[in-house]
Amino acid sequence: MNGLGTASLAALMALPLLGGVVVALLRDNERLAKSVALGFSLVELALAAVLWAGYDPDGARLQMTSSVDWIAAVGAHLSFGVDGVALVMIAVVALLGPVVVGAAWRESLPAGRTQGGFLSLILVQQGLMVGVFAATDVFLFYVLFEIMLIPMYFLIGGYGGARRQYAAVKFFLYSFLGGLLMLASAIGAYVYAAGRLGHGTFDWATLVGVVRDAPLSTQVWLFLGFFAAFAIKAPLVPVHTWLPDAAAEAPIVVSVILVGVLDKVGMFGFLRYLLPMFPQASQELAPLVLVLAVVGVLYGSVLATGQRDMKRFIAYVSIAHFGFMALGVFAFSTQSQVGAVTYMVNHSVATGMLLLVIGMVIARGGSTRIGDYGGMARLTPLLGGLFLVAGLSTLSLPGTNSFVSEFLVLLGSYPREPVYTVLAALGMILAAVYVLWLYQRVFHGPVRGDALLGAAAGPGAVGDPARAKVPDLSARELAVLAPLVVLVLGLGIYPKPVLDVVTPSVSATMTEVGLADPVAQGGK
Amino acid sequence: MSALSVTVSHTVSQAVSGGVADAVSGAPWAVLAQGSVPAPEVDYGAIGAMLVVFAGACLGVLVEAFFPRHVRWSSQVVLSLLTIGAAGVTFGWYVGRSTDPVTTLSGTIAIDRPTLFLWGTLLALALGAVLLIADRSVEPGGSFVGHTAVARGGVREGVGDGAAPGGMRTEIFPLTLFALGGMMVFCAANDLLTMFVALEVLSLPLYLMCGLARRRRLLSQEAAVKYFLLGAFASAFFLYGLALLYGYASSVKLSAIAEATAGNDRSDTLLYVGLGLLVVGLLFKGSVGPFHTWTPDVYQGAPTPVTAFMAACTKVAAFGGIVRVLNVAFKASSWEWRGVLWAVAIVSMVVGAVLGLTQTDIKRMIAYSSVAHAGFLLVGSIALTEQGRSGTLFYLLAYGFTTLAAFGVISLVRAGDGEATHLSQWAGLAKRSPLTALVFTFLLLALAGIPLTSGFVGKFVVFTAAVEDGMAPLVVVAVLASAVAAFFYLRVVVLMYFSEPASDGPTVTVPGVFTTVAITLGVLVTLLLGVYPAVALDWAGPGLAFAP
Repeated sequence: MNGLGTASLAALMALPLLGGVVVALLRDNERLAKSVALGFSLVELALAAVLWAGYDPDGARLQMTSSVDWIAAVGAHLSFGVDGVALVMIAVVALLGPVVVGAAWRESLPAGRTQGGFLSLILVQQGLMVGVFAATDVFLFYVLFEIMLIPMYFLIGGYGGARRQYAAVKFFLYSFLGGLLMLASAIGAYVYAAGRLGHGTFDWATLVGVVRDAPLSTQVWLFLGFFAAFAIKAPLVPVHTWLPDAAAEAPIVVSVILVGVLDKVGMFGFLRYLLPMFPQASQELAPLVLVLAVVGVLYGSVLATGQRDMKRFIAYVSIAHFGFMALGVFAFSTQSQVGAVTYMVNHSVATGMLLLVIGMVIARGGSTRIGDYGGMARLTPLLGGLFLVAGLSTLSLPGTNSFVSEFLVLLGSYPREPVYTVLAALGMILAAVYVLWLYQRVFHGPVRGDALLGAAAGPGAVGDPARAKVPDLSARELAVLAPLVVLVLGLGIYPKPVLDVVTPSVSATMTEVGLADPVAQGGK
Repeated sequence: MSALSVTVSHTVSQAVSGGVADAVSGAPWAVLAQGSVPAPEVDYGAIGAMLVVFAGACLGVLVEAFFPRHVRWSSQVVLSLLTIGAAGVTFGWYVGRSTDPVTTLSGTIAIDRPTLFLWGTLLALALGAVLLIADRSVEPGGSFVGHTAVARGGVREGVGDGAAPGGMRTEIFPLTLFALGGMMVFCAANDLLTMFVALEVLSLPLYLMCGLARRRRLLSQEAAVKYFLLGAFASAFFLYGLALLYGYASSVKLSAIAEATAGNDRSDTLLYVGLGLLVVGLLFKGSVGPFHTWTPDVYQGAPTPVTAFMAACTKVAAFGGIVRVLNVAFKASSWEWRGVLWAVAIVSMVVGAVLGLTQTDIKRMIAYSSVAHAGFLLVGSIALTEQGRSGTLFYLLAYGFTTLAAFGVISLVRAGDGEATHLSQWAGLAKRSPLTALVFTFLLLALAGIPLTSGFVGKFVVFTAAVEDGMAPLVVVAVLASAVAAFFYLRVVVLMYFSEPASDGPTVTVPGVFTTVAITLGVLVTLLLGVYPAVALDWAGPGLAFAP
């Protein structure tokens, strides 16, 4: 089974890259290119299922491993493998593949751009993201972490809105700077390990084994480099400003990938690299991260409430949610970290769905301003209903998937960090405010707003609510949203499959940090 | 030896006006020869490649003198390519036989692993540069002035003047070979005087070559004069430092200076002042800030193929020299000078990255990028470890090919009055010439140091060496400078891909065979060294000792 798993992991990375090339070559025939892209993403999903089936939750720390020497002179390997956290993230990547391709089916692109080119970049992005989660060599991880920026840079800059150039460059430079600081720290860790081992290596397990015993001062410096990269990627509050711009300018499906998966690399990095490699520094500096996390929750929530643009709204909602995840990670209990990891998955599902639904609203009205809409539920009841499902999941209503993870984070964090937890819990109240208020403004009340009654609504309908015609969801749009609805409700009622896979890996991380759960410790 | 010594005496007397050269040329040669003049042992096999290059250069001069005008271009191209090919074969034959360090010509030339690595790099880069220089399809008649005396005129200056209708002056080929020969000697020089002579042999042809552009004569001539004047200053600094170090160590041999610095019974003033002046001369050639002021003007004014040659090969030679001098002669005194070179490296990286942001001309932008890269190279050079040496050498190899190909691409993008070097003219290039834009984007990403390009691996090995040698703060500065520099590379990508093309924008010339080969060479090496750098890292790797 392991051989099959290893092969499927390799295929999960190679297939989208191959698909990207094929689709790029077919870009003159739009229909064929789209079908081929959809085909590749469906096969990718099937491969992810094979990988999941082959994973043994109680097995080794890293499974499906494979390794080839790459640059012997610096001890870098092409080595891959997954733990539970990487597995669920890879599953999310694979799941979002067909959803995104389906949602982009009628995407209106800037003049001169082709669907084939767009989908080709999306497929390449998908392959590289699988690679980032699967890499088990620090050098390889860095390489993929940086390379991953390039397709995203072209996706935002080539296919985005009016200020796309600015947003793309800002996105790239922020991430590149963070990546370079991580590189400096990775070199530092490598040199430290080389001094201890007598030979340099970037192998994750080896490096963790050596660097974790480094003196605190060394650990703090190395921690800061990695932390900068992941905090920018995640993003935590003082370095978050690229996300609203990028999310607002990128096409909706690109935002789904950006917020749904790319940003999770930051949280993944906290769990996989930061905590195991620098356990002491992580504990020493945890208060710093917790402050940033809680500030992120409150600041993101308040700004989301005040947004007038729907795409920027999502960006601030995500910043608030990333704050919750960071709280869960740095509260150092198995429960809170399991909560954070499931939050990564559930946020992708819930926010991804909310983004797609908002994208469908924007596709109908042609405007991203909230004030341009009103009373849409009368015209498009299905769209309104699914918007509400996505919104309720985003505000963590019990019974939806996000509730499970948010509850676990707060429950697990409270024993060790009661103050931060209570403050962060205020974010749950604000979430209800911003989601429901948005829903109320866009869907309730009389039909109003420039987007529905203005020139865009067609001749005859201008200013006349009775004659405004806005089509409800099409079969394609329903098909795109259906799997996400199933997951929102399914994981809300029965989260066990994800929890079972994630928990052993998180326990292993806790062991690597060297901390016991506070509950067990305190005997409560 | 004969070819070398002819060039040597010739150039020294040409190089430095009057008295300085006379005063120096007597004494140290006598010291080297220790009174009597025995014929030095010559290991012809080891220096074969160098001799072939000089012989080819001399033949080129003869061709220029005796061949009729209409066959000169073709014969010069064939001769130059044959020379570099033959030098490559000689070099390959020697490397296949042995790579043990030897010194020859009375210990003035050291053929060791670093020398061989640099020679291989120089020959390969020179091949690409000669191909770019030889191309006549991009600019009809070649990039070089038809008649050297043409001063300036209208837009079509120099095109179709009576002396050479559509032709170009072909002295450029022997000049290139002489410069290449000088660079090879410079990397291998094991004493300061040989190094100085090599410095002049490589510089003088470059001064001339800068002034030969067919278009924009005034800019080109200004570049040549500026380069010459500042270069003469730098040579004088080098020479003064050499004299002081001779006073300090009673020898110009690097190994003798190293022995002298190990003791403590001599005047430190002579050592520090001498070293300082010497290093200023070297840093000037490597266009390290704050000694970089000539770089943007010269890069902009020189004909683009010459800029490519200068940017790639001169950098290799200059840093080859810096690494050797610091490692062989001044290792023991590194505590005293390292702090200063830290500061110089920081200045170079910051100046290159920040001023690069403000440029609107693509050649000037690459020039400032080369200043920033010189700073990174200096970071590797002052890590006096094996990793530092091999990292710097690898960086030189990687940077040389990337730059060569980048200038090759720049020479293709043209408007009515020659190359379109203003950045605004590059807007929307990807729409009209997707392949050119793709290649140039790749090269820019390599210069920025994105993974899977040689530029990243170069930075990585250099930074690793620096951290290992206890220079972590310097690496942090370098990392920040890289991020700043990435912005201006990215700006060009944005222009090419995301901007609407200007209505009167430039056209991309379909390159001829020569330029295509040169660009392909550069791009392939950049990719190969990025994906599988083990090939070159092993070569530049362990056991990279300098000859005693």
